[in-house]
Amino acid sequence: MKQGIGAEAIRGKGWLAAHRWLLARRVMQFAVLALFLAGPWFGYWIVKGNLTYSLTLGVLPLADPYVLLQSLAAGHSPARNALIGAAVVLIAYFVLGGRSYCAWVCPVNVVTDAAHWLRARLGVPDGAGISRSTRYWILAMTLAVAAFTGSMAWELVNPVSMLNRGILFGIGVGWTVIVAVFLLDVFVAERAWCGRLCPVGAFYSAIAIFSPLRVVAVARERCNDCADCYAVCPEPLVIKPALKGAARGVGPVILSPLCTNCGRCIDVCSKHVFAFGARFSKGVAYEHVHRDSAGHTGGAGAVAARVGTAGCARSADAAWRQH
Amino acid sequence: MTLVGAGLALHASQVRALPSQVIRAPGARAEPEFLAACLRCGMCVCDCPYHILELATLGQDIATGTPYFVARSRPCEMCVDIPCVKACPSGALDPELTDINQARMGLAILSDHETCLNFLGLRCEVCYRACPLSDKAITLEPQQNPRSLHAMFIPTVHSDQCTGCGKCEHACVLETAAIRVLPRRLTKGELGGHYRPDLPERIPEIAQ
Amino acid sequence: MSTSRRRFIKLSAVAAAAAAADITIPGLDEALAQNAPDASIRWDKGACRFCGTGCGVLVGVRDGRVVATQGDPDAAVNRGLLCVKGYFLAKIMYGADRLTRPLLRMKDGKFDKNGEFTPVSWTQAFDIMEEKCKAALKAKGPSSVGMFASGQWTIWEGIAGAKFMKAGLRSNNIDPNARHCMASAVAGFMRTFGADEPMGCYDDTEHADAFVVWGSNMAEMHPILWSGVTGRRLSTKHVKIAVLSTFTHRTSEAADLEIIFKPQTDLAILNYVCNYIIQSGAVNEAFVKQHVTFMKGVTDIGYGLRPTHRLEQVAGNNGYPGADGKPKGDPNAATPTTFEEFKQHVSEYTADKVAELSGVPKDKLEALARIYADPKTKVVSFWTMGFNQHTRGTWANNLIYDVHLLLGKISEPGNGPFSITGQPSACGTAREVGTFAHRLPADLVVANPQHRATAEEIWKLPAGAIPGQIGFHAVAMDRALKDRNLNFYWVCCTNNMQAGPNLSQERFPGWRDPANFVVVTDAYPTVSAQAADLVLPAAMWMEKEGAYGNAERRSQFWRQQVKAPGEARSDLWQIMEFSKRFKTEEVWPEDLLAKAPQYRGKTLFDVLYANGQVNRFPLADVGKVNAHAIKGYSNDESTAFGFYVQKGLFEEYAGFGRGHAHDLGSFDQYHRVRGLRWPVVDGKETLWRYREGYDPYVKQGEGVKFYGRPDGRAVIFTLPYQPPPEPPDNEYDLWLATGRVLEHWHSGSMTRRVPELYRAVPDALVFMNPKDAEARGLKQGDVVRVISRRGEVQTRVETRGRNRPPVGLVFVPWFDESRLINKVTLDATCPISKQNDFKKCAVKVVKA
Repeated sequence: MKQGIGAEAIRGKGWLAAHRWLLARRVMQFAVLALFLAGPWFGYWIVKGNLTYSLTLGVLPLADPYVLLQSLAAGHSPARNALIGAAVVLIAYFVLGGRSYCAWVCPVNVVTDAAHWLRARLGVPDGAGISRSTRYWILAMTLAVAAFTGSMAWELVNPVSMLNRGILFGIGVGWTVIVAVFLLDVFVAERAWCGRLCPVGAFYSAIAIFSPLRVVAVARERCNDCADCYAVCPEPLVIKPALKGAARGVGPVILSPLCTNCGRCIDVCSKHVFAFGARFSKGVAYEHVHRDSAGHTGGAGAVAARVGTAGCARSADAAWRQH
Repeated sequence: MTLVGAGLALHASQVRALPSQVIRAPGARAEPEFLAACLRCGMCVCDCPYHILELATLGQDIATGTPYFVARSRPCEMCVDIPCVKACPSGALDPELTDINQARMGLAILSDHETCLNFLGLRCEVCYRACPLSDKAITLEPQQNPRSLHAMFIPTVHSDQCTGCGKCEHACVLETAAIRVLPRRLTKGELGGHYRPDLPERIPEIAQ
Repeated sequence: MSTSRRRFIKLSAVAAAAAAADITIPGLDEALAQNAPDASIRWDKGACRFCGTGCGVLVGVRDGRVVATQGDPDAAVNRGLLCVKGYFLAKIMYGADRLTRPLLRMKDGKFDKNGEFTPVSWTQAFDIMEEKCKAALKAKGPSSVGMFASGQWTIWEGIAGAKFMKAGLRSNNIDPNARHCMASAVAGFMRTFGADEPMGCYDDTEHADAFVVWGSNMAEMHPILWSGVTGRRLSTKHVKIAVLSTFTHRTSEAADLEIIFKPQTDLAILNYVCNYIIQSGAVNEAFVKQHVTFMKGVTDIGYGLRPTHRLEQVAGNNGYPGADGKPKGDPNAATPTTFEEFKQHVSEYTADKVAELSGVPKDKLEALARIYADPKTKVVSFWTMGFNQHTRGTWANNLIYDVHLLLGKISEPGNGPFSITGQPSACGTAREVGTFAHRLPADLVVANPQHRATAEEIWKLPAGAIPGQIGFHAVAMDRALKDRNLNFYWVCCTNNMQAGPNLSQERFPGWRDPANFVVVTDAYPTVSAQAADLVLPAAMWMEKEGAYGNAERRSQFWRQQVKAPGEARSDLWQIMEFSKRFKTEEVWPEDLLAKAPQYRGKTLFDVLYANGQVNRFPLADVGKVNAHAIKGYSNDESTAFGFYVQKGLFEEYAGFGRGHAHDLGSFDQYHRVRGLRWPVVDGKETLWRYREGYDPYVKQGEGVKFYGRPDGRAVIFTLPYQPPPEPPDNEYDLWLATGRVLEHWHSGSMTRRVPELYRAVPDALVFMNPKDAEARGLKQGDVVRVISRRGEVQTRVETRGRNRPPVGLVFVPWFDESRLINKVTLDATCPISKQNDFKKCAVKVVKA
């Protein structure tokens, strides 16, 4: 694994700017938890419930549409508040990008990011090739089991709902499931849970198909092929079409619904290639001239020359070909 | 994938059989439907003013995340405004329940006549006095004590009134409660349709 | 109970019966041995620690610990049955926070009123007590020291305490917590009959045709007695029960005739019943002619409030000092009157008027009156705190006697008024021993010089030793502490900070005033202990040899079964040991000593307890008297003082009553039998007093004689209805009644430490009518404040509980030390009995 991923970005932008979106995500994840905990811990009931359904300030219902879908599959017609809550969430994630749930809200993300970091530290070699579409089969399976058994069987073991609910209401033996997810990601496969197995993410990706809020490679021509973005991205396949598709006439927008809007690529890119933008943006919105530390103006080739020991270039190549 | 699915389905059908001392919140639908409806959101737990309800965790023999209570440790306090039902967003707790006295969470049964202090002639009846429907769901039936001139007072559960809140079981002073709330199907008997207990004692026309 | 235990009890009962009848039953011994329970447990008889029913118990001891308790099948009161409190008797002495060392508030190694409780030795404890007591005596004399005694004291603790205060410190400032529970009953007995305590016994429940229960929640408060009443109704179809109360409770719920009346209108209903009896010609004229005399009581008697209260200022007969410094009349005064005048008086109490006043429908009033009036119906009237804790409690007692006396329904099986006692020994200790501010043993009173002379003679005291000035009664003690007139105060075996009325305004300030020194003797750290300056750890129940006298005049004894923990000692030891700190010269005036020079240089211990009578029985007697039950028996107090303390105190005290219709049996006898109902003459107990054939004091041919009064007649009093002092008004719009629950005894200091009883009823709630709740925007379970002019408590609303008040009244029990409802209650008393009315004051209930 490459050392110093993002080191160049840190040098160029400063540590804070090079971790801006990561920090923002952590703040958001923490804030979500804090809002939930304000009630039971401090008596300030801002939000009641948990991620499957919550009521904010006594007026705003929010419901997990995937759980509701399971309920429907199991044969129950949900009552009004659940339906309103699911509608609100669906609309919100439709706009914000369905899988931003995974990056910005889901508590398991903290666990799997930590596992990813540990896997890198330990240098665990590439492991089992679990197909990235397994999660859609799992999604289908959960709905089929719900229909077949007439109950939400998946929710009995779902680590996503289990972790948030566990923090708020007590987890019991369920911590073993969370540890299993962690170990899975460390030892079995890179991003095994979030990237290959989790049906929740699969579901939210379905909402994201037409989401307006996307990451855009606004300055893809500045890309110096350092491949840091591929290294940090939990779904690296989504980057290439947007970043390298100019020649084939593919737009700079990361269109894939699998993109979690985590913004790591934005953080880690020393060339300011990426930014949050709209689905229908066509390309570079402005000419951004950036001088690197050596005083050279940006350009893909200049970057490659500056970076490239053969090994690094080979690694970058490998990063492209990893999946 | 099929194996995983089958495993899940098996687990799901197992947890459908609740342990008998586990009671669902008032208004809960029958267990199979409840498991299809309950979002495991914990709203009912938040809104219970007495902190009675808990969410089940993995490994508890109760469907993970679903709300429940155990009468012996914390019985339902039978709030007249039923905040748990009001809080439930999915209808797993049926919003049709508006009168808490109509809840049917289970049925109390005074199961052990050998240890119940009242059957031993003592004056206990804490279950009777703890009952929110005292003199309706539990009444005291005086009986002559064969050993002395003192009457015995036998707590008697009336299944048409008992809501299964469990306050009786909670109050019972014995080491193990002699009265307890169980699922109705485990406690209630059923008369044959050919026998009519509601017939009046005398039918005047034919009493000549 | 296992089958073998049940069988063993049956077999034991058979064996006992057989032994009594001198029969041998073959195979019985073998059967007993086979079914014998755990042989490592030593069993002995005793009396329950709790209510005035006085159930007999068997106490099982192993390895120095009480490990089991059962109902005593040989006890006539309960035949082996108990209530759930009795069921847990084995646990009450073993609460985790049992006091084991004297604790004194100290700062920098010295007593400080605001210091932290610090363990001290008994010597140190008595040092500071001696210092404070003597300082008070020196500064203001005997009226500045006082003792708050208890109807849960053993009989000899009462004797020791009464002697110590009245004869030793020469102060009549000893009053028991029984002032809060039975004083009106006592005053009622004394006024009507000239002698205290009921004329009937529990056997009445087996013969009555009807029971009328006034102001008593027997089903919860005297459980086994109620079992007897219910058993009678079950076995005998025509038996009816009528219950009168200001709110529906478990007893009234079970009644055939339930009468809910507006507070205080019981007085009017009683007058109505008398009226009905007269109008319907049901008066037993022969009986009235022979055995009754008529008197009219003064009525303008106030409400026992502070003299500055406007209600007391306008009262002409409350006995308080008037403008000229002389007492304004006497609330107890009465003038002779006639039957005609009585008839005239009650004729105003028509069914219509009384129905209007009381809110009771006419037909119910008439049904009640018919029960009494029917000559063929034997009626037993029961009552407790509804009548006694009443600003006209004495009147209520007098009036119910009026009813029975008019009918002649008295002193015969199943027929008569029965005042039920609340505490286990309010009768045996407080009343019979006379631990009251105005009393001496055996119904003698301090105000009567002859009575004092009798006491002085029996107690071997010089003439004039016993003061004639009536001391402070319970409520007056609170006020005296607050006003700094009482400066040394010793509270024993009772939790008066929690139990007495008007806590925040009238009691707490006095206790915490640096001018006063308060000592509390108790087994647990109650709120009284926490408010005191010195706390003395007390031995409980089976940790001392004891005796109680229950509601049916049955005195019951028990042996010491186990040792008290740590340095805890019995109240008896504490009083007697403390008395050693006083020399007669320090507490008796010279003229008194001159009359008894042999007492010069002696301690009060010598004079009161080592006086040749109390120390008459040698230590060896302790083992001998009890050898039949426990081999090698001893008790701690006798061992400490070197003689059989309990027997000496008892036998000296019994001298008051023997031959004066208060005869007690012999001490030794009580240790063998399951109690005896006095008068015990020639070893035989008396079941019904005042009637020939039952009462040895009524001679042949006399029929009925109320020999407590010189003319042998009982009094029918003419007394009216009068309203209570603090009815609800626009701001405080609800009545508050307080009371108990079956699961907890009194302030809960014992029962709330039993986990199962705590779990059964953890908190005191405010029982409210659902309509009242709705009108105030409240619902079941809401947290509310119950507020009066004097204070407030916070609790939850209960609209579905065991008590169902009518609109306009709420009920809060007082067992919960985290909800001191006596912050809210009013300190208004019956001016005659000085008993506080805990059933009526005005409150409002608002959302918290």
